[in-house]
Amino acid sequence: MSEMKELTLQGLWKNNPALVQLLGLCPLLAVTSTLINGLGLGLATTAVLIGSNATVSLVRNVVPNEIRIPIFVMVIAAFVTIVQLLMNAYTYELYLTLGIFIPLIVTNCAIIGRAEAYASKHPLKESAMDGLMMGLGFTLVLVVLGAMRELLGKGSLFSGAELLLGDWARSLTVQLFVPDSAFLLAILPPGAFLGMGLLIAAKNALNERIERKYAKPAQTQTIQRVRVTTE
Amino acid sequence: MTFKVASSPHQHAMRNTAGLMRLVIYCAVPGIVVQGYFFGWGILVQLILAVLTALVSEGVFLALRKRNFERALGDYSAVLTAILLAISIPPLAPWWIVVLGTFFAIVIVKQLYGGLGNNLFNPAMAAYVMLLISFPVQMTAWAPVQALTQFSVNLADAASVVFTGFTTDGYSLGQLQTNIDGVTLATPLDQVRTDLTLGLTYHESLQNEIFNHGMGIGWAWVNLAYLLGGLVLIKTRAINWHIPGAMLGTLAAIAAVMYATDASIYASPAFHLFSGAAMLGAFFIATDPVSAATSNKGRLVYGAGIGLWVYLIRTFGGYPDAVAFAVLIMNMAVPLIDYYLKPRVYGHWSKRR
Repeated sequence: MSEMKELTLQGLWKNNPALVQLLGLCPLLAVTSTLINGLGLGLATTAVLIGSNATVSLVRNVVPNEIRIPIFVMVIAAFVTIVQLLMNAYTYELYLTLGIFIPLIVTNCAIIGRAEAYASKHPLKESAMDGLMMGLGFTLVLVVLGAMRELLGKGSLFSGAELLLGDWARSLTVQLFVPDSAFLLAILPPGAFLGMGLLIAAKNALNERIERKYAKPAQTQTIQRVRVTTE
Repeated sequence: MTFKVASSPHQHAMRNTAGLMRLVIYCAVPGIVVQGYFFGWGILVQLILAVLTALVSEGVFLALRKRNFERALGDYSAVLTAILLAISIPPLAPWWIVVLGTFFAIVIVKQLYGGLGNNLFNPAMAAYVMLLISFPVQMTAWAPVQALTQFSVNLADAASVVFTGFTTDGYSLGQLQTNIDGVTLATPLDQVRTDLTLGLTYHESLQNEIFNHGMGIGWAWVNLAYLLGGLVLIKTRAINWHIPGAMLGTLAAIAAVMYATDASIYASPAFHLFSGAAMLGAFFIATDPVSAATSNKGRLVYGAGIGLWVYLIRTFGGYPDAVAFAVLIMNMAVPLIDYYLKPRVYGHWSKRR
């Protein structure tokens, strides 16, 4: 398998930052009350991951080993600031909704983790690809969890799409059903924990099934037994 | 003549899980009957819905988990969970409340953790808390005592309210909650809490018509009935006295101290013991053998913790009653309690002293 393909598989599935590494759970649980919030934060995180991974990979040979962590953090903080200012300028409403969780991307362990574990040891192209795929894997989980919670809690999908995509997206909002009373648990933080647990369980179950399907049938060695005891 | 050699334990109570669960269910019957007498037929509808949902979801999930579901269904633990949940929720709550709650209790809280014996939390109470924070409006709409209400509710009315939201005569749940003057009635704990925030004293609050000489009408009898059932449980050694004793003792003791310091804003110990779910919680809910502490010393700490939390949340917290929250909080503390209060192994003693 080529390096790129392997990176894709690792980021999206095998080593998914949210489902397998369980990194960056704080924003994951806090902002996924709707699909669009999840998507917004996921894309912001992806942008930061690509930028920080690429930069760290470029400077990896000139950074002294002893102070690499502070330098990585500063690189990440720089990209987070860029993303934050961009969101402030172009998606102001979403910027207000996500609030503190945009600057908090700096502290997302998934990002420093990838910088330390991958980008600081690999060349530019692979590192950027790794950032992209890890980011997309993270975004995927945010979107799925956000969709689950929004659907259960409010019976809608893509509500607030205009915050991220502009006014034309207002028509994307789908109201699948109108609940008599909102299922508050799904929207409140405990619902995020329950949903996350269910997602991880589903991922593991699916994994097991795939592995069983592709596992080579074990070589069964038939042993001839000779009956040695006689009545 | 044969010489039989049996391994220990030599003394055997001849009691299996199913028998124990059935005994607990029988002991809850007086309380359920009294609750039905005072609050109407709704409880029967809720019980039927809850038990059906519990059996179906338990069976389906055991089948999915490829477990022997005939034996597990026969042990009555799911039925007991369903009953505890059904008597905890308002008798005229919509049908989907109890169905959703029972499904949550059985599937999420019990089966996903590995089935009977492996659940960290009391399933009925976890489901109750889930419902309470998700649907506060429906979960706090306790119909008042039948004797005080404007409209009487028969069995057909109760079923009709549960399934459609209206009685056969077209009255809504909101109308059923009013007295003959059209004022919505609350539960005693609710009433006292609301009156205290309005600046009334505790004794002024007791002048309300839902109280009768210091106790809520009906509620005291319901609690007495559960107390009776609980005493039978202790007498038959289905439960030990430690958890209910420590819980009620702590609750009463703190209430007595607070009542003594300022009787105008703190309710009396008797009020705390005989309103809300105090007795039901002490004897039937906190004593769940799976999620409670296991040693006798541990049980005392566990029960006392529940009593403390019940008082704190009732008096200073955001909810009128607190048994479910208190039980869940102490369930979380059980591993710690069990770790520090291991019974001494026979023949061993601690190094110190």
